Amino acid sequence: MSQYVLRRLLIAIPSLLGISAVLFFVLALAPGDPFSELATNPNVPPEVQAALRAKFGLDDPIYLRYVHWLNAMLHGDWGFSFVSRMDVDKLILQRLPTTLYVIGSAQILALLIAIPVGVYAATKPYSLFDQVANTLAFVGFSLPTFFTGILFILIFSVTLDWLPFVYTTDVKATGIHWVFEMIRQAIMPVAVLGLFQAASMTRFVRSAMLDVIRLDYITTARAKGLGQAKVIVKHVMRNAMIPVVTLIALQIPAVFGGAIVTEQIFRIPGIGSLLISSILSNDTPVVMAVTFVFACLVVLFNLIADILYGWLDPRISFR
Amino acid sequence: MLDKELRSMIGQVKDGRMDRRAFIKRMAAVGLTAPLANQILALGGVAMAEGASTYKPTKRGGGGALKLLWWQGPTLLNPHFATGTKDQDGSRLFYEPLACWDPDGNMKLVLATEIPSIQNGLLAADGKSVTWKLKPGVKWHDGKPFSADDLVFTWQYAKDPATAAITIGVYRDITVEKIDDLTVKITFPKPTPFWADAFVGAGAGQILPKHLFADYIGSKSREAPTNLSPVGTGPYKFVEFKPGDLIRGVINPDYHMQNRPYFDSVEMKGGGDAVSAARAVIQTGEYDFGWNIQVEDDVLLRLEKGGKGKTVYAVGGDTEFIALNFTDPNVEVDGERSSMKTKHPLFSDPAVRKALSMLVDRDSVKKAIYGRAGRTTANFLNGPEKFVSKNTNWEFNIEKAAKMLDDAGWKPGADGIREKDGKKLKILYQTAINGPRQKTQAIVKQACQKAGIDVELKSVVASVFFSSDVANPDTYPKFYADIEMFQIPLSQPDPSQHMRRYLSTAVATKENKWQGTNFPRWVNKDYDAAINAADTEMDPVKRAALYIKANDLMWEDTVFIPVMHRLKVEAAANNLRPVISGWANETDNLFDWYREE
Repeated sequence: MSQYVLRRLLIAIPSLLGISAVLFFVLALAPGDPFSELATNPNVPPEVQAALRAKFGLDDPIYLRYVHWLNAMLHGDWGFSFVSRMDVDKLILQRLPTTLYVIGSAQILALLIAIPVGVYAATKPYSLFDQVANTLAFVGFSLPTFFTGILFILIFSVTLDWLPFVYTTDVKATGIHWVFEMIRQAIMPVAVLGLFQAASMTRFVRSAMLDVIRLDYITTARAKGLGQAKVIVKHVMRNAMIPVVTLIALQIPAVFGGAIVTEQIFRIPGIGSLLISSILSNDTPVVMAVTFVFACLVVLFNLIADILYGWLDPRISFR
Repeated sequence: MLDKELRSMIGQVKDGRMDRRAFIKRMAAVGLTAPLANQILALGGVAMAEGASTYKPTKRGGGGALKLLWWQGPTLLNPHFATGTKDQDGSRLFYEPLACWDPDGNMKLVLATEIPSIQNGLLAADGKSVTWKLKPGVKWHDGKPFSADDLVFTWQYAKDPATAAITIGVYRDITVEKIDDLTVKITFPKPTPFWADAFVGAGAGQILPKHLFADYIGSKSREAPTNLSPVGTGPYKFVEFKPGDLIRGVINPDYHMQNRPYFDSVEMKGGGDAVSAARAVIQTGEYDFGWNIQVEDDVLLRLEKGGKGKTVYAVGGDTEFIALNFTDPNVEVDGERSSMKTKHPLFSDPAVRKALSMLVDRDSVKKAIYGRAGRTTANFLNGPEKFVSKNTNWEFNIEKAAKMLDDAGWKPGADGIREKDGKKLKILYQTAINGPRQKTQAIVKQACQKAGIDVELKSVVASVFFSSDVANPDTYPKFYADIEMFQIPLSQPDPSQHMRRYLSTAVATKENKWQGTNFPRWVNKDYDAAINAADTEMDPVKRAALYIKANDLMWEDTVFIPVMHRLKVEAAANNLRPVISGWANETDNLFDWYREE
């Protein structure tokens, strides 16, 4: 087992190197200039712009810049933001808690909806409940988050005036009020992200359950005279969850991606909105670092999924 | 206006025979008013008026929290590193200049005690030096005293190329010396009619504390911890900063201005887009103030109906224009398109340029796009009013344009497109991607088609269009198109820097890596002479006349087709009384903001 993990980790190194090289070259070749706003400022002489470009090494050849970046990264230096003039790792760490809070809550919400609904729908396939759940699931994953986000704002903020649509990290309250406010402002973004996730997950849980529910050992369990609840929870669900867990693990990086749009709409100061604003201002070191973090997450969660798979189903061995 | 008459009027003001307001009114009547009218008086020997204050609260604090929404959040808090006005806005909550600009373009004192004038002896009559007296007893937020040393240091800091400050252009050529603890003297290398650049306004004027930055001058500048946690003299003390997201400040109980500030704390939230920012201020009232609400007027009018806020406008000198290329963008000479060795095949005929100008329907653009946020104009230079030409005019007339082209020999071909000597009237029209700009393009294209000109539209991502990236062909300085549209902000109430851009020595070429500022590549000896003379002309009237002449030369040659004189648009809660100047950053007058109870 530990040998397997070690081997997988070693394999991850060249793939991360490859990813970083591709990211770096694509970003370097992309058009744009972090100092573009200075270009129309009559106060800023062109030499200053040139000096800034030189100072931040923007005029060096691309391969040289990549080697510099890689070398710094190996020493734990994530780079230096052109636009904020501060270390990139600080920028990312500052925004990580918010992203984790929103994405974590959304994922939990998705699970809380998907598992009960999926399981119940599978026990009564083609019943009215199943049909309704299916339809809603289709609607749910057909609607993009930027659409549901704006729809929610229009309904709950503008029309009903129940919820704020600007997320703030600095809630002016203490104790229970603080908790209440934090929850209140997270309701819309979490609902948007969570419902989107829940929709596809419900479908997946349902089909995984249906696969298992038809197997002979379930019939055996029923024949033994076990109650419906016990059969479903102990016998069906446990086995049906194996692919579901894998799916969730593999989906987590995708959730980070989906959160980018949601963060922008609700002004959530998370990693996603950092990525967007950095792309817009051509702050390549930040874009590079954030995308690289996402790449690492994909590799990491793939590994976790593989390990979980073997742990849940001992028939799968690590080789 | 006659030089003599003005001089006698200045004399009357000086002797007290004419009051200042009457003088400014008279100036307005002949088209010579507003922001720099006061500077005229200053140079004529009458002290510059201090901007009137409308501030009402009678005690400091008690106003609760002020919630500002900047849809592009500040990303750094050192004003000398600002990559955009948003960063200057954020820094200005904490740092201060000696003086700032009020909505009329008057100077308002902040850290200085007196506005320099020839009369009070602080401004040299030859315009080669200016002396500033500092307010006594001002303290930095950490309790250290503010003094002339801080100004000298700020100058040294900004002018050092290794610091890589974006304000280097302002401080590079001047000398700042300390006379005593509360007096500094700025010396200019040549007569400088606009002496209020260094240490004035939010753009370049914000003063840094020497005791916190002294160790971080030059190449170490980026390591300064104070870059991210400013210690200033301003109305609010720094609490927290998250780049691009949030700035928080609390009231400075020792602030040097009486009864100010009104608010107990300030919060500047970043992120999102202009439309939803307008919504959060005007419709739901979640925020008190929204910055730079560049949203179509229709949308704003709809939001304002029964809303909790309104839009606020400030007049400055920003002009949205269409620039004409005087060189050929389609021919490559020595590895460079739009080379100075070529002439534009169509625009070398003045009739084509004039006709094109007649095909820009400014009224429709105003009605359909800019609404209350725009004014139609014939001038490239639209402010300060003293410099605005009254000699120009514009019209939109398709038939007249068609006739003009007919007369010049441009006859419609089989496909309806005009041609002459085998050259077809086909032009490429580029601009940055931005809703109003694409709509303007469509309006112009339609009129051109009716007149037999074929227009191809091109939109470039703003970050590319405004980039100085030498390798990219789509930047505005390269100008690989026949016409292009954008605006260059007028960042101070004086046109000198703005107009210097189009000197023939400043043409953007491959040789200077397209860093030249004259992108239309228009060369005119008379213009050069006027601008160079204006640069050192200490007589305010002659100087204004020179800039008006320069503007008229551009108009005669149709170098630019001004599309719209754009106003600043902000959103504010109904009970908020913000003070916004078209000549300064939005937060420049923040100490005067209050809320009507």
